[in-house]
Amino acid sequence: MIKIVKRDQPSRAIFFFTPVLAIFLTLVAGGLIFFILGFKPFEALKFFFIVPIADKYGFSELLLKATPLCLIAIGLSFCFKSNNWNIGAEGQLTFGAIVSGGVALLFYEQEGFYILPTVILAGAIGGMLYASIPAILKTYFNTNEILVSLMLVYVSKLILDYLVVGPWSNPEGFNFPETRQFSDSAKLPLLFEGLRIHAGIFLALAAVVISWFVFYKTYLGFQMKVSGFSLKTAKYAGYKGKKMIILVFLISGACAGLAGVGEITGPIGQLHREISPDYGFTAIIVAFLGRLHPVGIIFASLVVAITYLGAETAQIFMQIPKYTGQVFQGMILFFLLASDYLLFFKIKFIGLKK
Amino acid sequence: MIIDINFIGLIIASIMASAVPLILASCGELITERSGVLNLGVEGMMIIGAISGFALMTVTGSLIIAIFGAMLAGVLISTIFAFLTQTLITNHVATGLALTIFGIGISAMIGKNFVGIPGKEFPILFEGLKDTIPLLGPILFGHSIVFYFAFALPFITSYFLKKTKIGLIVRAVGDSPESASNQGINVRLVRYACILYGGAMSGLAGAYLSMIYTPQWIENMTGGRGWIALALVVFSTWNPIKILIGAMIFGGLTIIQFHMQAIGVRIPVQFLTALPYIVTIIVLVVISRDSRKIRLSTPSSLGKSFHKDN
Repeated sequence: MIKIVKRDQPSRAIFFFTPVLAIFLTLVAGGLIFFILGFKPFEALKFFFIVPIADKYGFSELLLKATPLCLIAIGLSFCFKSNNWNIGAEGQLTFGAIVSGGVALLFYEQEGFYILPTVILAGAIGGMLYASIPAILKTYFNTNEILVSLMLVYVSKLILDYLVVGPWSNPEGFNFPETRQFSDSAKLPLLFEGLRIHAGIFLALAAVVISWFVFYKTYLGFQMKVSGFSLKTAKYAGYKGKKMIILVFLISGACAGLAGVGEITGPIGQLHREISPDYGFTAIIVAFLGRLHPVGIIFASLVVAITYLGAETAQIFMQIPKYTGQVFQGMILFFLLASDYLLFFKIKFIGLKK
Repeated sequence: MIIDINFIGLIIASIMASAVPLILASCGELITERSGVLNLGVEGMMIIGAISGFALMTVTGSLIIAIFGAMLAGVLISTIFAFLTQTLITNHVATGLALTIFGIGISAMIGKNFVGIPGKEFPILFEGLKDTIPLLGPILFGHSIVFYFAFALPFITSYFLKKTKIGLIVRAVGDSPESASNQGINVRLVRYACILYGGAMSGLAGAYLSMIYTPQWIENMTGGRGWIALALVVFSTWNPIKILIGAMIFGGLTIIQFHMQAIGVRIPVQFLTALPYIVTIIVLVVISRDSRKIRLSTPSSLGKSFHKDN
């Protein structure tokens, strides 16, 4: 017989084990879905998770996709840790890209060492500005941040669309919905000849280190943790709740904005309609899968980045629809949340031995 | 310029038609939220309903099977949410987001083979009566059965919550699960039922989009309507009748956008498309500003897990 017993306190070992379990269960369920769709499950999984990263180029692509995911997820972990549900990172990424792209276009055909830092800074500020909307509305007007940040995603994509079709479109671009190419000084340098991985990865790594420091070594990190556990306790302790809410939103907006900068000044080198394959939404999964821990988020971003690459590879080689990637992402989060049950409850098998 | 009075009637009717999916999904979510559960997966359940309805219609040829199949699909996918949040006590927000991401992925996967297939004509009722009354004729007659159901639903929902015993139980569970549980009510069971009902209504809303409103399958065709439906529930301060008003405002914004483009108003089309989202934000701010009023009308246990220790 199976009996479920409540644990006295959440198990720490299981806290870090369940993400692995969730990934395993996702693979099993994914294999099952492939089987139902009429594909050979093991072959499909191989094309999905191993083939895409088997060579140098694939590995570079993996890092390229993991970079924005990691960066955004780090930012989101500030929000999620302190119980702020910013789910509009996709919009903050887009707006950051718009502002930095605008600045980059100002420097069209100009060269100079100061251009790239200015462009990067502009992206961070753009993301922060956009994230400040749900933050201010939440703190001063009591408005639900989930809905506001999400609505702003749609708005930002329409602003981008308007700009690249209208005022910012390339005058020599035959009416393609894209801007001019940025000058070389406004582009992030590539790290290796022939590979697309660029210096944006250092932004992500810096974010990892800084966030680790803030979470575990500063008073702010402590305040965030307390507010995450109990808002009442935080209030009782006299923390300035409003200030913190705005701060975590700004941090997460800056990170998303930087991810946007990385996308447009990295491989793309211009603004166009589709600058992000929903990195902002997928990063929510990365943040949870990484347990809101900076190191965990690195691993999680690599795992989730594979689903992007795998979906492309599996589509090319096996005609598996590319949306399978999204299905996998949804499943990872389902299984992760489900296996959290093991944190608080023990499953005991009793009565087996007589 | 002579304005044809029937033309105004047609515009109002088209506003009502675009309000239908919002009313259906919002009324479903309202019941779910009244029981204390915040399901952010409306967009995902809606898109699953849309593809299921369209696919079943194409494959079986039966509109009835398609409509009920879409509702069943909504129920099935919301069962995942119910099992996770009620049985495994997961966080409502995260689980709802997962449901939306998963739903969009699955719908696109199933929908791959249905892109570009023309839809079927859905039967409309009282078509002959359309021209009998000026202005009111086009508003009242010549719509699908789902249309009429949607406009009756807020009143049915209001009656259900206020006047029936089960409605009272739902509200009790949402406002104070502890006391409801002490009264011998199975909180988990009630919440399961409310979540599945919300799934059915979102599924129907999706089916309306893909089978009646724009009879075809387009990827991501719900286009954020699920999220607007969620916002409408806040807008209504959990009062079904006000959902009707809110949905008409948003329906109006969508339709006006088409007409302004048609007349040739020189506003960028992207701005007009963004209008419903921007108005949603403004409306949310206006409604939520009075925190006392919001607190009074919000189901007290909304979004909080309830676990009865064994």
